[in-house]
Amino acid sequence: MAKKILLNEKEIEIILHRLACQLIENHIDFSDTILIGLQPRGIFLCNRLIEILEEEYHIKKIKNGKLDITFYRDDFRRREEPLQANNTEIDFIVDNKNIVFIDDVLYSGRSTRAALTAIQAFGRPKHIELLVLIDRRFSRHLPIQPNYKGRQVDVINFEQVKVNWKENGQKDAVYLVKS
Amino acid sequence: MNKLSVDNLIGIKNLKKQDIDLIFKTADHFKEVINRPIKKVPSLRDITIANLFFENSTRTRLSFELAEKRLSADIVNFSAAQSSVKKGETLIDTTNNILSMKVDIIVMRHPNEGAAEFLSKNIDAKIINAGDGAHEHPTQALLDSFSIREKFGTVKGKKIAIIGDILHSRVALSNIYALKLQGAEIKLCGPKTLIPKYITELGVEYESSLINVLEWCDVANVLRVQHERMDIKYFPSVREYTQLFGINKKILDSIDKDIVIMHPGPINRGVELTSDVADSKQAIILNQVENGVAIRMAVIYLLAQQIKL
Repeated sequence: MAKKILLNEKEIEIILHRLACQLIENHIDFSDTILIGLQPRGIFLCNRLIEILEEEYHIKKIKNGKLDITFYRDDFRRREEPLQANNTEIDFIVDNKNIVFIDDVLYSGRSTRAALTAIQAFGRPKHIELLVLIDRRFSRHLPIQPNYKGRQVDVINFEQVKVNWKENGQKDAVYLVKS
Repeated sequence: MNKLSVDNLIGIKNLKKQDIDLIFKTADHFKEVINRPIKKVPSLRDITIANLFFENSTRTRLSFELAEKRLSADIVNFSAAQSSVKKGETLIDTTNNILSMKVDIIVMRHPNEGAAEFLSKNIDAKIINAGDGAHEHPTQALLDSFSIREKFGTVKGKKIAIIGDILHSRVALSNIYALKLQGAEIKLCGPKTLIPKYITELGVEYESSLINVLEWCDVANVLRVQHERMDIKYFPSVREYTQLFGINKKILDSIDKDIVIMHPGPINRGVELTSDVADSKQAIILNQVENGVAIRMAVIYLLAQQIKL
């Protein structure tokens, strides 16, 4: 399997800082904002951004949660191997809050569509934005676009974007994998 | 493992330990779902479920119905009392007629042992046994184990006493299979006439003294005396049964630990449990009811996953 590096550790660090600054620009003190990591892979990115916002920009007590979309997916009974659900950790109501969904890769847009439905179980947010590390251009199935993106890449269908995080025991890196 | 090893839920006897683990893991997520402000997920919106109840039921039927609705399934309810069964229609005919209406899953309670298995061999739909005679009641056993796991963190190594009418109880048999599979120790207690003859061959012990079994156990799962299934007299009087096997606050206070009290319901208050025990902090009877919805959602979800489009 051939793989090509798209982002290395240093580049990811720079991008994360830029994304954190873009969030501050729009949300200032985050008093009405909730960062929601989409399970499973958006959680690492969400935690990393919170760490940067708290430690380097001294924004304290950023409200955040984890959202699992398994029960809201549109491919139930259509997959060969069923997906195992993950934890949802949202112990607050999101009425009139600004939500930022955080995920590692935006591909077809179907996960984001499922997340838009899933979050409604916790109330009616005022505004929902999407932040992704990698935006796979030209592969969308739905009219969904990110508000914040780390890097936009052109990837053909049989190629895969793989994001490694040090929390997973690997070096931070983004690869393009050809199968 | 992300899918069940069985095509239908007929009994715990057919399940593997991994199946129970998967059901519990899925039920954990559904328990979180049913505690949200909006307690519904859209997963089963293209699935139709028929609830066939050939025997009376309150909580099991409500629990299944609620679980199905929380998963967004379409449901049809059938009760034998108001149906053509009274006119002599056979089980297969009744079910086939319902299936012609494009039903995907059948939840069935039936007074005859083996009815769910019979149906699964003759019908092209997923079957969930909601109790067949005195044979099995798999979802009750799953929710009982799930409640024990929730209370103690694990079922493995826990000492469980099943007290009461074991002979007529489908809950007891399913519980024995489920608890053994998860590595619990089990003792049965009740009048000898209400203990099935070869039950110890399933790897459980019998203890005739209530106080001894309560001092031994971590959990007492107390069963109802099923008068409606008794064709002969199994004990001299209800009063005598209560004196020997009924649990009251005085007995609970006399043992030097806080054991957990469970009951699958409906409770005969004043017979197997006094009200002060049933309503005490040691009783997790209402937690069992809440967990019942989550467990049934998990079972239905996992079986529905196998129905390909």
